[in-house]
Parts: sequence; structure tokens; C-alpha cells
Amino acid sequence: MKTIFAKSVPGRTGWQPDTDAPRAAEMLPAGLLRKDPPRLPECSELDVVRHFTGLSRLNYSVDANFYPLGSCTMKYNPKFTEYVAALPGFARLHPMLPQLGRGTSCAQGALRCLYEAERWLCELTGMKAFTFQPMAGANGEFAGVKLMAAYHKSKGRSRTKMLIPDAAHGTNPASAALAGFEAVNIESRDGMVDPDAIVRAIAEHGEDVAGLMMTCPNTLGLMEIHLPRIVEELRKIDALLYYDGANMNAIMGKMRVGDVGFDVVHLNVHKTLGTPHGGGGPGAGPVGVGERLLPFLPAPRVRRRDDGVYRLDYSLPQAIGYIGPFYGSFGVVIKALAYMMRLGGEGLTRASEYAVLNANYLKKRLEGVLDIPYAHRLCAHEFVASAPEGTRALDLAKGLLDRGIHAPTVYFPLIVKECLMAEPTESESRETLDGYVEALREIVEQGKADPASLAAAPVSLPVRRMDETAAARQMILTEDMGQ
Amino acid sequence: MPYIPHTPDELQEMLSVVGVRSLDELFADIPAGMRPRSFDLPKGQGEAEVCAYFEDLATQNRTNLISFLGAGYYAHQIPQAVGALSGRSEFYTAYTPYQAECSQGTLQAIFEFQTAVSRLLEMDCANASVYDGGTALFEAAMMAVRATRRRVLVVDECVNPIWRIMLGTYVSGLDLELRLVGQNNGTSDMAALMDAIDDNCAGVLVQNPNFFGAIADYTELFAKARSHKAWGVISVYPVMQSVLKTPGEMGADVAVAEAQSLGQPLSFGGPYLGIMACRKSHVRQLPGRIVGRTTDLEGKTGYVLTLQAREQHIRRSKATSNICSNQALCALRSLIHMSLLGPQGLARVAENNMALARYAVARLTALKGVELLNDAPFGNEVALRLPIPAEKLVDAATSRGCVPGYPLGRYFSGMDDVLLLACTELNDRRQINFMVETVGGLL
Repeated sequence: MKTIFAKSVPGRTGWQPDTDAPRAAEMLPAGLLRKDPPRLPECSELDVVRHFTGLSRLNYSVDANFYPLGSCTMKYNPKFTEYVAALPGFARLHPMLPQLGRGTSCAQGALRCLYEAERWLCELTGMKAFTFQPMAGANGEFAGVKLMAAYHKSKGRSRTKMLIPDAAHGTNPASAALAGFEAVNIESRDGMVDPDAIVRAIAEHGEDVAGLMMTCPNTLGLMEIHLPRIVEELRKIDALLYYDGANMNAIMGKMRVGDVGFDVVHLNVHKTLGTPHGGGGPGAGPVGVGERLLPFLPAPRVRRRDDGVYRLDYSLPQAIGYIGPFYGSFGVVIKALAYMMRLGGEGLTRASEYAVLNANYLKKRLEGVLDIPYAHRLCAHEFVASAPEGTRALDLAKGLLDRGIHAPTVYFPLIVKECLMAEPTESESRETLDGYVEALREIVEQGKADPASLAAAPVSLPVRRMDETAAARQMILTEDMGQ
Repeated sequence: MPYIPHTPDELQEMLSVVGVRSLDELFADIPAGMRPRSFDLPKGQGEAEVCAYFEDLATQNRTNLISFLGAGYYAHQIPQAVGALSGRSEFYTAYTPYQAECSQGTLQAIFEFQTAVSRLLEMDCANASVYDGGTALFEAAMMAVRATRRRVLVVDECVNPIWRIMLGTYVSGLDLELRLVGQNNGTSDMAALMDAIDDNCAGVLVQNPNFFGAIADYTELFAKARSHKAWGVISVYPVMQSVLKTPGEMGADVAVAEAQSLGQPLSFGGPYLGIMACRKSHVRQLPGRIVGRTTDLEGKTGYVLTLQAREQHIRRSKATSNICSNQALCALRSLIHMSLLGPQGLARVAENNMALARYAVARLTALKGVELLNDAPFGNEVALRLPIPAEKLVDAATSRGCVPGYPLGRYFSGMDDVLLLACTELNDRRQINFMVETVGGLL
């Protein structure tokens, strides 16, 4: 499709304010003005509407396609939450209003939303308090490791090593590094964090170990059954345990991370709590802490006075600073709160139960179609599989696209060969799951009988396989590059 | 249960395929000792009840105040088409476009966004966005640190104080020095900034218009930085950028912005949109997603995520940043917003707001004891010195239905009597008259 710039007609406008204001040149010295107007699109409103409607049709989405992308929890996003977040009383509220003396009274509804959302998340996870400042999961990870650093610093010690399992998301080591830690790789055994590897790492690095970042269930979809021993080993050296909430959709109502020894957790509300993924953001990554890390949460915190008035508390002397400018992705958090209120405690528990049921059902039905490691174990809300001998995960993924199904996550985790990691979520019906199995069965057969034809997939989408090497080499990143 | 399609029969059949008798048996790996100690959450409610609850809370927010609050975050008109198009669920229920063939909509939109951002800032290229203006500034600073292998960042105190606090938080675990150069009555102290740059300096961070609304030309400062092989980093206000001298013209290495003003509602602090653009030679230091144009195996033009070797899912602890998701939907909104307004619409918005700010200043400075903080050129936002503490004035005015601006004493010592006032196209002369009368009655 032509770009919006290619559709631009000089002099055409879609939207202009009705103003008799003088031109900038009459209000500012010439030396402070740009020479040429920005070459933005010049289009009518209908031009713009047609263009973006056209673009939207080139996408797969949860609303149009089964989207079993592992570790991403592509569940259905209830429509009413969009309505709630767009209410003008929220959408038009300036974040600095409650910083004014009388301003707090002008934002009571919003402050109450944050307060209530925090209470929900605390009870959901067993943590003591949450901050909503982090603007996405990875930003939450960063906040979490900063909190861990602040804890050790408050004890008068500098610890430099962060233990990270080999199956962890790439954001874990990247977040730890950004906070100044050195990542120490912990090898898995039987698809789980090996407590003996933890013991060995502690023996090697001693009290330089700040903590461990864990995803539980892990990215292989397996519950970490050695967790109690891991907690015990870390406690011996007063190291902290971080819970990566990417897989929280597997445990709601079944395990609370605060109860089992985690000190800090981030939640991906766009995964677990039903807020839309937006094509890659915006997310929200609230971070919860237990007693030990409570003093270090970023300012401000929302407090409720005895008379029911909500206010912001900035007097937190040990706070780590600001992770975000205000109170996080408020417009996303409010959708998560609406989702939680709609489902209630029981509905959230059911969400996890059916997510795990769907994953186990799919895994069972795919036996004999794909190679399933850890087949003897129940999986959590997702599971890994390998493309069978003679086929490639990438080709199977592209074959699915041709059948109207979004591919699972491929080639992650890195420790599984030709990996396809699928997460069906609780939203999907049995016939959708059965359709996925049949599609994969056909695709695998095609791949074995006629590998060339599968390697040519997809053929039914707006484009065929893309030349990624050329993209990286030619580096055409805007309409004006590579001209 | 809401949003779960299984019938009781299907449940039983599926349990038997899996080989368990109950849903809870699926959680056998979580032993009794690890089950929740409490799970005391309320019962679920119907959709209408939940909506009513939020409708009620929304009315408890005073969004009907006549407001001149800006301070980096501005209430602008957003054409309805922005919400209607970005509200198409083909966009908002998709995820990161890893599978390019079924994500050309999102990918092309990001490519167009990168183009629009690059052209607005007159930089070579841009990424697919980061979380907000504060993290954009931090990421830009880190680009300079990595590229120059130096550890000193010169920071103008005229940069938004919230972003400076964020920067301090973000770099606190790294071995970096933030060299703060004090502001000069609400303007950049150019001589002091120049002096602060030396051969240890990775980059210099400024903002235009600055936090106080003052506009300056940083060309010489960036030339000085370049002469020490340090980077020039500038944060801008996208709406004003439609008329102001560009980061590219000034010779900046990286330009960033809080782009809330391009199509994002204020929404009590987020989600917002950080934009980042740089020179082509710096692109490998750029964090986050980047989309590139290429061809498919039949030679047809298309778009893919590219240069991924910079990113956390490939490089892990050696990545340029830990960022994973960006603000794709916010970026889409800003692209649609820019496409609807075009160069003329955006410039007319900027000019309208500058004219309103001039009108407000003329009327306010006619009041006894009110004067401009400085005589620097300004856009739609300006700092005024008052004869009484600004916080006291704002409090009293708020009770009368009007927020005349942001009191600066919170972030700047010696500025308890300074008010930061912003005008946008949501204000008009009548509102300004009301505000001036209110303020006049309180001085």
C-alpha cells in the first residue's frame, strides 16, 4: 500500500483550528524559527480515514484471529474497558492537578481508582503495596531491580550479581544490566531452575548475589517445583527474589507470589488483566513489594485518610526516585481495574484455570503432531514444542499464517530446539483449539511431503516472506532514506 | 464466567482428554503449602454495574475547571478521527509485529510514524517510540554515554524537573556523573553550559522551549559539544516544533520529545509517548523497535522490524536498552493526528496558542505587581512573577473554578512567587478574561 506521504497533496488539509492568530514570524525572531514547514502529510480527513482503515486490514489481531503467541497472553480484551478509560472525567484530567494545594480535591475519582487498583493487586498477589509508575513490563523489571539495589544499599552493602535462569525473557538480564548489575546465568535442569545451580552460584559469588529473577511458571510452561528450596537458599544470604509476572495468568487464585517468598513482582496488566496489547504498547507494569522493600517504592503513593479523602504522599525519604513522570499508564491501569471488578476473585481464578486447561488440552492433542518435551508433566498456561524432524519452526509458523492463525512464539526459549511456544488463553473455545491442531497436522504433513511448498508460505497474505537481511543492510527507516 | 466460552460438557470432555478429574487437579504442581493464604477479592459485577461505578468516579474529577496548566503536558483538541481509527481493533488487539506478513498494518504505520517524527525534527531517522518524554531523555543520554564511552552528562536545569528526577533515578546504579548547570532566571545559562562541556563529557541535555516556556537557539552549544566529541541532546515540544528551529538545524545528535501533545489525552499521566530521532550514523545506538522497508521474495514492498541485534531479546544483558514493547498505539495516534493536521494545521495550532499566551501576558502584566520572569522569547507557555506566593494564588483561584497555571516553587528554590502559565486551543479569550479577573481579585 502507498504510504500516507505518497498520498499527500500540497495545500490539502484535514483539520485546522479556526483562528485569526498572526503567523509565527510576527511573534518570534526569525533566528528561532524553522526554515521549511515539516513535510507532514497533506490530506483530507477522508484520505486519512481511508488510509488507516486500509492499513488496519493488513493486520492479524485477537479480534479477528486465534493468536496463541506464547508468553504474551493474547486473551480477549473486553470492549467495555475502552469505554471506561475514555470517560472524559478521566481522559481530560491533568496529572499535575493533585500536586496543587486544592488540586487533590479535584482528582478524587482518579486517586480512588489507583487506590482501589492497588488493593486488588495486593490481594491478588499477596504483596504489601504496589506502585503503578512503571509504564510496561520491562520498565517494571527495571523498577524492581532498582528496589532490590536500594534494599542492599540500605543495609550498607553493594551487591553486583543478579542470578537469571537461562529460560528467562531477554528483558531480565537487560533490566538488571541497566540497573548496574551483572547477570549470572543459571542453567536449567529438567526444564526448571536447578537449585543446585543456585547453590553453586552462591558458593562462587557469595554475598555479592543481590537476588534471583524468576518467571514462575517458567517460559517452558512448567511450574518451578523447587521454589521452596530456592527461597531458602537465597534467604540464607539475605538475597531477594524477583517474580517476573509475564506468566501470572497461570496462577491467579492458585498461588500468591507474596505468600511463597517473592520480595518483588511486576505484573503485565496487558497480559494477565485483559488490557489490549495495542500492536506493541502501551502496557503497564505495576510493581508490588513485600515488607522488606516497602520503604523504597517510588513517590508518590496514594493514601486514604480516615475521612475517606484520597491524597498523594510524596514524603518517602527512602524512595528510589521517579520511574515514570506521574502515576503510571493510568488509562491502562483503569482498564485493568474494570476487568478485575467485572471478573471478581472467582472470575480471575476461573481465568487461570481455563487458561491452564486450554494449554494442557492443546498440548495433549498435539502429541504425535509436534515433538513435545516434558510431555509427562502438566503444563501451566503455555507449553513448548519442537518442530518434528525434517521441518522447521519458522515454516510451521508461516504455514499457520496462511490458515488465518497467528503463529505461536518461535525460537524462544532459546534452550528448546526449533521451539514453538503456544499460549491459547482462557478466551478460546474448544473448536478453535481443535482447528489449530488440525491446521498444524496438515502443515507438518505438507512440510514433510513437500518442504519447498511450505518454505514458500505464506502465500495468502498481503506480502510473502520478507528479505530481512536487505532491510538491515539497506536501512530504509523513513520515506527519505535510501532515495 | 465472563469471557470463558466452555460449556459444562466441553469442560468435562477436555478434562478427560488431559486426564484429570477437576480443574484444580491441573495445579497439582502447587502443593497445599504454597496455596494462597488469603484470596479475599470481591464478587464479580455485571458490565453495567462496573461502568456505572466508573462513571460516578469520573464525575469526581474536576475536568470542567478553566485550566492553564501545562508544564510539559498539554490539553489539546484531538480530532475524533484519531480515536475512531486507532480504536479499530485490528490495531489495538494486535501485538508486536514479529510475524511481518500478517502485521503490515502496524509495521507500515510505524514506518510512517518514524518518517513523520524525522521530518518534524529534521533528523535522519527515528525509532518506533519509547514510554514517555522522561525515558526518551534517559535513553538519549545513554546513547551518548555508550557512543562516546564517557561518563559525564551536562544537564541544563531548564529541562523539565520531573524528567531530571527520572534521569537521576535511572542512572543512579551506573557510574555516571550528572553535571547540573543552573538556570538563569528561567533561561538556559549558555555561558555556563559551554563551560561545563569538556573532554570527559558524553553529552549535553537541553530542552526547547525549556520548562519555563523560553525559546532559545542551541546551535552554538551543540557546536561546542561537537568540538569536544560530545553529543548534543535536545528535548522539544512537538506542537511548537512545527514552527521552531529544528534539532536538525541546530546540529543535535539526538532529539527527543514527550509527544502527549500529538493526539494523546492527558489521562491523568499516561499512557504517553516518548519519541526519539537521531542522525543516521547513530542509529545502531538507538534503543527499542525500529521498522525498515524491504521487499518480499516476489519483490513487493513491505516492512519488517529491523536492526534487532541491538535489542534485549537477542543481546540480553548487552542490549542497547531493556525496552521491549514500545507505545505502538500511542505512536499510531500521533501519526493519525499529524496526518489530519498536516504542516499547516499543526503550525496554526502553535500560532493560535502563542497568540493566546501573548494576550494572557498582556492582560496579566497590566495587573499591579505581575511581570514576566524574563524577557526571553516564548511560545504558548510563559513564567510570570507575582506579588504573592503562586501556590496561594492557584489554590484560591482553583476554588473559584480556574487553575491559572503551575506554581514553580515546588521544583525551583526562590521561585515561590512564580507561576507557569500555558495556553492551548482549548482556551479562548473569554477564558483568559475570566482567569485574569479571578487573579486580579486575589492579588
